[in-house]
Amino acid sequence: MRRLGFIIPIALFLMVAAALGLGLRRDPSILPSMLIDRPIPVFDLPGLPPSEAEGLASSDFSGKPVLLNVFASWCVACVIEHPMLLRLQAQGVTIHGLDWKDEPAAGADWLAQRGNPYTLIGSDPRGRTGIDFGVTGAPETFVIDGHGRVRYRHVGPITPEVWSGTLQPMLDRLEQET
Amino acid sequence: MSAEIGQLALILAFMLGLVQGVAPLVGAHRGDSVLMSLGRASALLQMAFVVLAFGALATAYVTMDFSVELVAKHSHSTQPLPYRFAATWGSHEGSMLLWVLILALHGGALAFFGRSLRETLQARVLAVQGLLSAAFIGFSLFTSNPFSRLSPIPLDGTELNPLLQDPGLVMHPPLLYLGYVGFSVAFAFAVAALIEGRVDAAWARWVRPWVLSAWISLTIGIALGSWWAYYELGWGGWWFWDPVENASLMPWLMGTALLHSAMVLEKRGALISWTILLSVLTFSLSMIGTFLVRSGVLTSVHAFAVDPERGAYILVFILIATGAALALYAWRAPAMRTGALFSPLSREAGITLNNLFLLAATATVFLGTFYPVFIDVLNGDKISVGPPYYNMTFVPLFIPLLVLVAFGPILNWKRDTVQAALVRLRWPIIITVAAAGIGALAFGLAKLGAALGIALGVWLVAASFMLLVRRWGLGRKGAETGRLIRTTPLAVWGVAIAHAGLGVSTIGITAITAWTASEVVTMVPGQTIEFAGRRITLDALGAATGPNYQAEQGRFRIEGQGRPFLMVSEKRFYPSSQSQTTEAGIHGEAMGNLYISVGESATPGAATVRLWWHPLVGWIWGGAMIMALGGALSLSDRRLRLAMPARKTAPAKTGEATA
Amino acid sequence: MRRLVLGLVCALLMAGPAAAVLPEEQLADPVLEARAREISQELRCVVCQNQSIDDSDAPLAADLRAIVRERLTAGDTNEEVMAYIVARYGNFVLLKPPLDLQTILLWSAPLLVLIPGGLGLALYLRRRGRASAVEPTPLTAEEQRTLADILKTGDAP
Repeated sequence: MRRLGFIIPIALFLMVAAALGLGLRRDPSILPSMLIDRPIPVFDLPGLPPSEAEGLASSDFSGKPVLLNVFASWCVACVIEHPMLLRLQAQGVTIHGLDWKDEPAAGADWLAQRGNPYTLIGSDPRGRTGIDFGVTGAPETFVIDGHGRVRYRHVGPITPEVWSGTLQPMLDRLEQET
Repeated sequence: MSAEIGQLALILAFMLGLVQGVAPLVGAHRGDSVLMSLGRASALLQMAFVVLAFGALATAYVTMDFSVELVAKHSHSTQPLPYRFAATWGSHEGSMLLWVLILALHGGALAFFGRSLRETLQARVLAVQGLLSAAFIGFSLFTSNPFSRLSPIPLDGTELNPLLQDPGLVMHPPLLYLGYVGFSVAFAFAVAALIEGRVDAAWARWVRPWVLSAWISLTIGIALGSWWAYYELGWGGWWFWDPVENASLMPWLMGTALLHSAMVLEKRGALISWTILLSVLTFSLSMIGTFLVRSGVLTSVHAFAVDPERGAYILVFILIATGAALALYAWRAPAMRTGALFSPLSREAGITLNNLFLLAATATVFLGTFYPVFIDVLNGDKISVGPPYYNMTFVPLFIPLLVLVAFGPILNWKRDTVQAALVRLRWPIIITVAAAGIGALAFGLAKLGAALGIALGVWLVAASFMLLVRRWGLGRKGAETGRLIRTTPLAVWGVAIAHAGLGVSTIGITAITAWTASEVVTMVPGQTIEFAGRRITLDALGAATGPNYQAEQGRFRIEGQGRPFLMVSEKRFYPSSQSQTTEAGIHGEAMGNLYISVGESATPGAATVRLWWHPLVGWIWGGAMIMALGGALSLSDRRLRLAMPARKTAPAKTGEATA
Repeated sequence: MRRLVLGLVCALLMAGPAAAVLPEEQLADPVLEARAREISQELRCVVCQNQSIDDSDAPLAADLRAIVRERLTAGDTNEEVMAYIVARYGNFVLLKPPLDLQTILLWSAPLLVLIPGGLGLALYLRRRGRASAVEPTPLTAEEQRTLADILKTGDAP
């Protein structure tokens, strides 16, 4: 019975070590989105100049699964991601854009320079809609299903691996659901 | 050339570490004196080689040898000499080499000074030390080699992170490592004792000075880190419960417990297995701290490597070292308890209670630090634990502990009574209650907590002074006070001063928590504002240059209390690393610090000026230094350090309560 | 990569002043402003390393500070403001972890050590006390002879 007390330290230690070992595989800086399996927040944003009238609203997200990509003209990683988005658009993927915390004119110029992979674009200079989405930076991409529900959020640029490994299978699955 | 010498020296040190780890263990088991002496020889030789390796890296830094990859990454031709040298440990690889250096120095010291120890004990201690050394050198060699070369050689380096180019950097890591690594000696002694199956008075007498010196270094190191963050990070904060800060606090808390527990073991032969457990845990916490800051398992402003692969190596090593030690403990410790008795009210009991509170405090900090990892692993949820948690758990734990600290030294060994203890403490009690009352009246009920905090500090200082008063026989008829003062052992001075230092820190912490004033305004040159009872004028806003930076500087004139004085705060830009820092202007006064920080403003020609008044903040670090002084006084007491000769009987203890 | 850059930016921005609230951000009403500061100090800046939004210079922190003030001006209670932000960023944004089934261990840490430890200590002291009152078992004949030997020669046989 007395011996039991002496075993407590090693028992606790092994549990802690196991937890820390498993913790090594996790990234403490990745935050899961709070919106998973929830409807997207209600919003109605104007577009970028000169098409301010044609913007992006939450009502645009129904019918089929789409991607929502958060970008900005000041975002360096978005430049790296951009060609990938153009490729996806060419493949027929619908990507809507959220120009986040950006001067509308600057966003418009940026797209004019590089090409526009987006079907619809919303301009969010104050970043409030981004905050409703729980955005922490650019680029981020949300996978939204045909019922207007968020199913996944990817933080960082979309690489070919991310596309073929995660996003494409997910979109295919969601297409079949609808 | 020097990098290759260093590389070779490190490899040789690694092999010597293995020899030192295995030969003496076998020798002690077989009673083979030759093998056991091999342990001493290899420890000394290993120390020499590690010193050589470290010297080689330092030389590369100082001579700006940019062909060495580390130097190219963390040094620059314009970097001032002290920081070129200190950059030796300003990186993950370099700091590991510093760790290895201190470990090897301790091993050498054990080999040199330990000849009066029982041969088998010294052999086993050196063996454990050698294994630890080999593991860390191996980690350095195989995953974080400091000596890799760059080809082609760059013309200039990327300088050391400007945040680290500071006198604080020169001192903070070495002191911390002296602490962390110093506890490895206790660890080695504990494991050796478990292997031997016994602990005697010589063991405790031997361990205590090592624990004490590690504790002193760690205390100073932590205080320095806090002070450095205060003035360098431009926050005016002094403790942020950042995971890396916690990584240094946990060994300190456990080390404090170990210090006191070893005292009981030495004086009364009690708490044997508990002291052994603490020895193992304290160094384990040091190692877990190293794991934390290098593995990326937690985010921290302070982390200097985010490398799960290296983290895995360290974790495996901790698993083996601590796991083996704790397994040995579970197996051998139950047979090692002796029969030293003490009553529920005695100094031993007081120290045991103190250990319990320190253990609870350590567990709290540990859980607060690692809980996000545990939850993430369990179900992927992300939570975070910040200062509000610690304020609600750690602080309420520490307050009763601080109250009890005053009782410890005043209680008799073995048996005492509540009435007698309170009678001895009557003057400190009276003074404390008076202080609390005065405080409550002066500060009002809204600041009652502050009044009590100050009273707590006063309690510690008064009780510590009481210790000396009793020793000197003040107020006792016929006492030869003069002689008693002169013959007061250094260890008694040590206790009194250390505990008083704790009280000083408590007062400082209370003051800055309760009475910090702050203001943020937009100012243009020539504008004056009123703050903290002074008039503060922004004299000029202009450019300035340093050895490796350019700055936007604000010059302030402060008048209104005593002679006017000037303060400067600037935002620095370091072109080599393209980074910015803000240097705050700090004016230290008796009652607190005036703290000014300039920043950019949207308004052209103006600056955003942030001002703080930090009352008694200096007492926080002052108190810590006083604690360290107390420790140093204790350490210098020769009675503490005389190793027990092998077969003599212990001198009879005097009847008085001595430290 | 982006996280690393953001983290570095934050680390360097952190070398800037604390209470990053700019004069132009502050609310006119001192009571509301005080509440805003209080709430901000309990909310973590999610793109920084270990700072509250009150302390951080990051743009996202500034946005969140503005939102806190907007919600307060709109009449939300402190809890409602926190809930608003938690709904968007999760419990991670709370510097004071919530008290629920999975954090109960965390919050009871001090007591979990003190209570069993205290009980253990009390039992230990009582048992030692009892043990000392018990008569030691008498020596066997063999042990008595060994004892006599030791006393005579000063060495164990």
